[in-house]
Amino acid sequence: MSTGTAANALSATVAGIGFWADGLPDWAAARAFAIDGTRPESAPSRPSPQLLAPNERRRAPGSVAVALDVAQAACRDADIAPETLPSVFASTHGDLGITDYMCDTLATDPTAISPTKFHNSVHNAAAGYWTIGTGCTEATTAISAYDATFAQGLIEAMMQLATGTPAVLLVAYDTASTGLLGTVTHSEGLLGAALVLTRDGAGPRLSATLRDGTDLDLPGPLGIHAQANAMAQMLPLFDALASGGARAVLRAGPHRSLSVAIDGARADAHP
Amino acid sequence: MPAIAIRAFTATTALGRGNAAQAQALRERRGGLRRNDFGATPLPTWIGRVDGVEDAPLPSALSRWECRNNRLAWLALQQDGVQATLDALVGKYGADRIALVVGTSTSSIGASEEAYARAEAGDDGVRRFPDDLARPIVHTPHSLGDFLQHATGLRGPCITVATACSSSAKVFAQAARMIEAGLVDAALVGGVDTLCGSVLFGFNALGLVSTERCRPFDATRDGLSLGEAGGFAVLERAAPGETGLQLRGYGESSDAHHMSAPHPEGLGATLAMRGALARAGIEAAEVGYLNLHGTSTPANDSVEARAVDGLFPASLHASSTKGWTGHTLGAAGIVESVVALLALETGLLPGILDSAVRDPACGPQIRFDNADADIRYAMNNSFGFGGNNCSLVFGKVAA
Repeated sequence: MSTGTAANALSATVAGIGFWADGLPDWAAARAFAIDGTRPESAPSRPSPQLLAPNERRRAPGSVAVALDVAQAACRDADIAPETLPSVFASTHGDLGITDYMCDTLATDPTAISPTKFHNSVHNAAAGYWTIGTGCTEATTAISAYDATFAQGLIEAMMQLATGTPAVLLVAYDTASTGLLGTVTHSEGLLGAALVLTRDGAGPRLSATLRDGTDLDLPGPLGIHAQANAMAQMLPLFDALASGGARAVLRAGPHRSLSVAIDGARADAHP
Repeated sequence: MPAIAIRAFTATTALGRGNAAQAQALRERRGGLRRNDFGATPLPTWIGRVDGVEDAPLPSALSRWECRNNRLAWLALQQDGVQATLDALVGKYGADRIALVVGTSTSSIGASEEAYARAEAGDDGVRRFPDDLARPIVHTPHSLGDFLQHATGLRGPCITVATACSSSAKVFAQAARMIEAGLVDAALVGGVDTLCGSVLFGFNALGLVSTERCRPFDATRDGLSLGEAGGFAVLERAAPGETGLQLRGYGESSDAHHMSAPHPEGLGATLAMRGALARAGIEAAEVGYLNLHGTSTPANDSVEARAVDGLFPASLHASSTKGWTGHTLGAAGIVESVVALLALETGLLPGILDSAVRDPACGPQIRFDNADADIRYAMNNSFGFGGNNCSLVFGKVAA
């Protein structure tokens, strides 16, 4: 059963896109790869968010580095000032390396916990660094919904648009699992993407519907490339946006999916 | 925003299980803090620990989610008619049309900590989690939302919000948007956080934990007391002209200042409070009670007191109830919303426990003593790491 009455509320226009995957360090590279398999000749091993001072850039946890990098790229793509945008940060697990550090240190020498690592361990760390770095006093949130995290983040962004916000930033990312935690929680590499979503204006129009059932389409090139990362759940939408596809289906919970129709791919989607 | 009816609400804290225990302890000025007895090597501090969690395993059908945090979620869910109210709404709208939005700071990381402490090498020499804790769902933030989704059978949008100490205030805002937009007809909101090594030793590393009971807004305060709690509220679109308790407004903002220190002029706090009043369509003078964030850290309380003094008249009764419960982190939003709802329902306006000497930053709004008054509007402030702020306005429409 679809929730027909709410179909018009679950919509948004894509005004800007940011992207990072290992080997595909921006949206142009991801789009080219999705269209014809082209890979960049070289790619940096780690995102380098220009929002942070150089010393902070090196010290930033991977989750923060990738989130800030893609968020800034999406705002640049949309030509919208970052400080004007409320934001939704969606991550399945938060920073898995920091969780491993916290648990390992607590098991061995609890009073040795680093205060910086502790405040970076909050799920909204990337959201905090983003609002501080951009001087943004608008609302920001940080959510998780396991393998439905991206769909629920997209729904929340659309709800903000439906209740009066003209534009919103959605950022999704996950990191690699490590240490003992990695024996039960599996995620590889660094993956992030951001969308500037607007109520109206130019760009691909997303119209989503919540449906019963959890059947997904076969993964596209980006979905296969980064399949081992926990945020690969978002890639059906980015594969469709990259290749001019008309539909993407996302996991939206244990029993449900979010079917996203995409109308009017951007002119620059076909270079 | 359109008014949203509060069909049921509840909190379980160190004061006991359910609203009656909260109201009685607040009225009698009987605090719930005890000397820290949590964990193998307890730090010298005071904590708000919920009694009996250790003796309350989850029903066997839910054993996949077994951990301290989900146990407390389950205990809290059984109080004050929340489950019966949900059942009635499922009958009215269907489970697909009810959202589940819950907040937490650390979710069930206590289970991950325990798994590290008890990890042992197998025959292959590789260290692994003990079998009873090798359950991926309890080692991820959505442990709480996923558990509650299975425990309640709700099938609408299900989200765990984790913005540190504002988490379970922001759930009201997110659910209100879904109801306003027509995505759902009702929502279960709330929050749960439990004591664990991460927060006890983490806040200690930041130098924010007091060795005494916390003393919010006291000039000699030197840190917070940590606590644990769970609570819920059931929201439904209000019918025109309906009486009763309502969510009337929310305001969300960012400090854009520092990861673990508040903006020195309370910029984000002021923006959140103003936003909540504007969305409710009321003047600051109409608010009868404000439950403050009031953590008892030196930085938070003076900044928040000045922000309140800049916005509200002297007639406001404002207080922090963390002296009773401790700072329950991701559950603070729901626990202190329950205190605000109890103020509307019973007229009890709590003061501040254990504080004696007023911080010079306190305006006349900050009250140490309890009072009684019939009020129409009550607010709650919740501020978190990363400069993440949320204020809520609740109202009472008399018959």
